[in-house]
Amino acid sequence: MTEGTPKIALQNVHKSFGAKHVLRGVDLQVAKGESLVIIGGSGTGKSVALKCVLGLMEPEQGSIKIDGEEMVGVSRSERADAMRKFGMLFQGGALFDSLPVWENVAFGLIQSQGMPRRDARDAAREKLRQVGLGEEVIDLHPAELSGGMQKRVALARAIATAPEIIFFDEPTTGLDPIMADVINDLIVNCVRELGATALSITHDMASARKIADRIAMIHQGKIIWQGSVSEMENSGSPYVDQFIHGRAEGPIKMAIQDH
Amino acid sequence: MNPLAKIGATFLAFLAGTGRLVMFAGAVVGQAVTPTYYPRHILKQFIEIGYYSLPVVGLTTLFSGMVLALQSYTGFARFSAEGAVATVVVLSMTRELGPVLAGLMVAGRVGAAMAAEIGTMRVTEQIDALTTLSTNPFKYLIAPRVIAATVSLPILVLIGDIVGVFGGYVVSTYKLGFNPSNYIQSTVEYLEFMDVVSGLVKAAVFGFIIALMGCYHGYNSGRGAQGVGAATTNAVVSASILILVANYFLTEVFFSGGG
Repeated sequence: MTEGTPKIALQNVHKSFGAKHVLRGVDLQVAKGESLVIIGGSGTGKSVALKCVLGLMEPEQGSIKIDGEEMVGVSRSERADAMRKFGMLFQGGALFDSLPVWENVAFGLIQSQGMPRRDARDAAREKLRQVGLGEEVIDLHPAELSGGMQKRVALARAIATAPEIIFFDEPTTGLDPIMADVINDLIVNCVRELGATALSITHDMASARKIADRIAMIHQGKIIWQGSVSEMENSGSPYVDQFIHGRAEGPIKMAIQDH
Repeated sequence: MNPLAKIGATFLAFLAGTGRLVMFAGAVVGQAVTPTYYPRHILKQFIEIGYYSLPVVGLTTLFSGMVLALQSYTGFARFSAEGAVATVVVLSMTRELGPVLAGLMVAGRVGAAMAAEIGTMRVTEQIDALTTLSTNPFKYLIAPRVIAATVSLPILVLIGDIVGVFGGYVVSTYKLGFNPSNYIQSTVEYLEFMDVVSGLVKAAVFGFIIALMGCYHGYNSGRGAQGVGAATTNAVVSASILILVANYFLTEVFFSGGG
């Protein structure tokens, strides 16, 4: 761990849905400028953990600190202030299908930073160029784009406000292996250019190896292992071994039902 | 299982649902009257709800006015009271049929569309994306719809009243042989200001109900296509029932004084 206050710090975070206890005491720290990837199977609580940090869900117990400031139980407006530091790439892109591509990318600039629409359009053009999209897509609607292009637009939107922390939710899901690698490269470049802190969740090991400085494995609502990518290959943990090699046999029994 | 426990559980679920709806409505009204406003969105919704509902409301009220003239004529002819046709048409249209029919038709057209659109946005994480872009979905999505529906319904109903009375006039003069000027005279003779105003107040309440139910069910939509489908159905059914219930109580308030 580097010196100073961690950018993101989770301590003993618990979250349940009815009788289902999804997060059972998550402890995790992400240093400033670091890229941490949480790996784990479906239904292990990794997306719930991400949503708790983002503030889309409120944990019942525990503490989540951003830059040393407590986020659990704060008011809506304080939460909105913290949100300005965030960028998020959603699994399905979550582009606004009623708005053209450029307005999607410029949404945060127009709505939360109050940038005039004309300037925002230029800024969107620049961000789209960064993710390898040209002038021709700027006035299209998201539904007219392929899956890979939608992911790129979503990435451009996530980085448009130059956030300090970027979250990636399964960034390569639904893409072919080549496009997945292109997106991984873009993620690495964008995060590096912004000097941002990145927190990702994925079950795609190729993606995890590429974008992570450090990897944490979640299982049954707890972080059971964390370390660097090279340490992961010889973790000594049968759970990590089973997961990164994708074996059906091992200590992890797949839950049949997703939460 | 104890039948009493079942009844109790159902009753408690009903109370909880009502409570959630009331809290949702409170939040919507709170967000609708405080800044920030989205005039572009209000205008867009105004066109969507008001302008594009004109044909539906116009046709419905036209034929209702026509059938009203026909029915009341055959009824009143039995005791030689044909002269009352014009009064019956105009009072029924302005006080009851205009607002209720327009309300039900718009609930089917607009309430369903709202629930489907917002439900899809919920399912595809677009609502979460709004939050992460520091935009309050209540202000951005819901308040403009509620404001536009509450304002446009009275205007729609006013137009519908006129069209309906015109329908009655056409049938009475061309088919039933009324003298046109006599018919118009008896239309306005017994019509009071309050008759029209009460209908327009009803319309505003119905507009609020339609947008509220569309947004509420969409916002709380379940997962997947099935969840959105259920949200759409629930929005239309609950809006229609609430319109008819509210109609009774509003009528009682307006005309309890013997008006």
